[in-house]
Amino acid sequence: MNKELQPEHVRLTLKEVGAAYSSRIVIAQLSLSLESGDILVVSGANGSGKSTLLRLLCGLQRLHSGEILYEYNGVSYTPNQASHLIGWVSPDLALYRELTALENLRFFAQVRGLRVQDSQLSALLADVGLGGRDHDYVSSYSTGMQQRLRYAYALLHQPAVLLLDEPTVTLDERGSDTVARIIERQRARGIVVIATNDPRELAWGDYVLTLGAA
Amino acid sequence: MTPQAAPNELPLRSLLLAAWAVFMKDLRSELRSRYAINAILLFAVSTAVAVSLGVGFIGLRREGDWINIQSSLLWIALLFAALNGLARSFVQEEETRTGLALRLAAPSHAIYLGKLCFNLALLAILDLVTCLFFMMFIRLQIANPSLFIALLVMGSVALACTTTILAAIIAKASLKSALFAVLSFPLLVPLLVIAIQGTALAIEGATWSEGFSYLQSLIGFAVAMFVASLLLFRFVWES
Repeated sequence: MNKELQPEHVRLTLKEVGAAYSSRIVIAQLSLSLESGDILVVSGANGSGKSTLLRLLCGLQRLHSGEILYEYNGVSYTPNQASHLIGWVSPDLALYRELTALENLRFFAQVRGLRVQDSQLSALLADVGLGGRDHDYVSSYSTGMQQRLRYAYALLHQPAVLLLDEPTVTLDERGSDTVARIIERQRARGIVVIATNDPRELAWGDYVLTLGAA
Repeated sequence: MTPQAAPNELPLRSLLLAAWAVFMKDLRSELRSRYAINAILLFAVSTAVAVSLGVGFIGLRREGDWINIQSSLLWIALLFAALNGLARSFVQEEETRTGLALRLAAPSHAIYLGKLCFNLALLAILDLVTCLFFMMFIRLQIANPSLFIALLVMGSVALACTTTILAAIIAKASLKSALFAVLSFPLLVPLLVIAIQGTALAIEGATWSEGFSYLQSLIGFAVAMFVASLLLFRFVWES
């Protein structure tokens, strides 16, 4: 896994990563390396640190020990510097309920410095199964639709690394198929890390990392 | 699409555009929910009416004590209305869990600048409404209006700079109201003392040269808070 990276390829390296809540250690000395095209599924009992690992990867939680590095186009980034490379979908992620789906995406595109047309944003919404609901307020969305919108948010900047926490939670069968298609497409673009215990989702990974029970 | 630059390395123009986007998002959200504007206006109006009913009988007097009381009441009304409304900017992001999406997507400086601009806009409305109600109900008569407006504007800028960073800090805390009080006191008391004394001079009819030192102090306070907030905000926001 230490081959020379091609342009536009991404590498994610964890070196002896540890995470803790107060004195309780949930992840200890975890080392791994992933490159473009890799899909990693993280499983484990409740409280084993699956979601924590994803939060560490996107810089939302501080490392207790070790190091996480992203390499992209010859430049190394810590998780806090790499949010332009990362798309994150999680039940913890909420978008603005008082805005419409299109307004949400337009806002996040603007703050990311992306130049996108509304037609592109509408196409993205259609891609995640929200076609025709662009101008609906998020507050009127069902939980499944909000989950689809999280995918639109995460894919907006076409990230090199997609981090999915419970990727099909609240989604119907068609929604799960949409997620499977997104994951396969992401394989061509970069890395996917999935935190789940769902048997169907476990089969999506090239590698399965099982974290210890609490 | 090639990924854009890391959020905290965006060029200045993109940073300012991102700040503008945050401001417009907050404005749009506020116009739809009207939470903060209703809270601050209600507070401003009720304070002016309550003070009028309580001490209105001395409203026609022009003695120095009453001018100081008027000035104090004006800034107390502004302060509490501002604290009531401005803290929402960050607390709401945490309560509705939208802060994580914002944190991952937006440069921290853009968030601070956008929120600061939104708070300044709220304070401008608050200043206008509070002064109008004080003129109506407490018969506030300003002998040097230009100095009064300059002190009010700079005091409000300093207040917005302070409350914005305080709001960011308390939004991350579990004991929000208690922490807000503890942090606010040492930061806001010097600002209020300067603003009250300067405003009293303006009401009394002091010249610009007499009131200029107060204006300078408020500008210095605002600049210091702005710079300190810009430096601190990223650590607060990402903590």
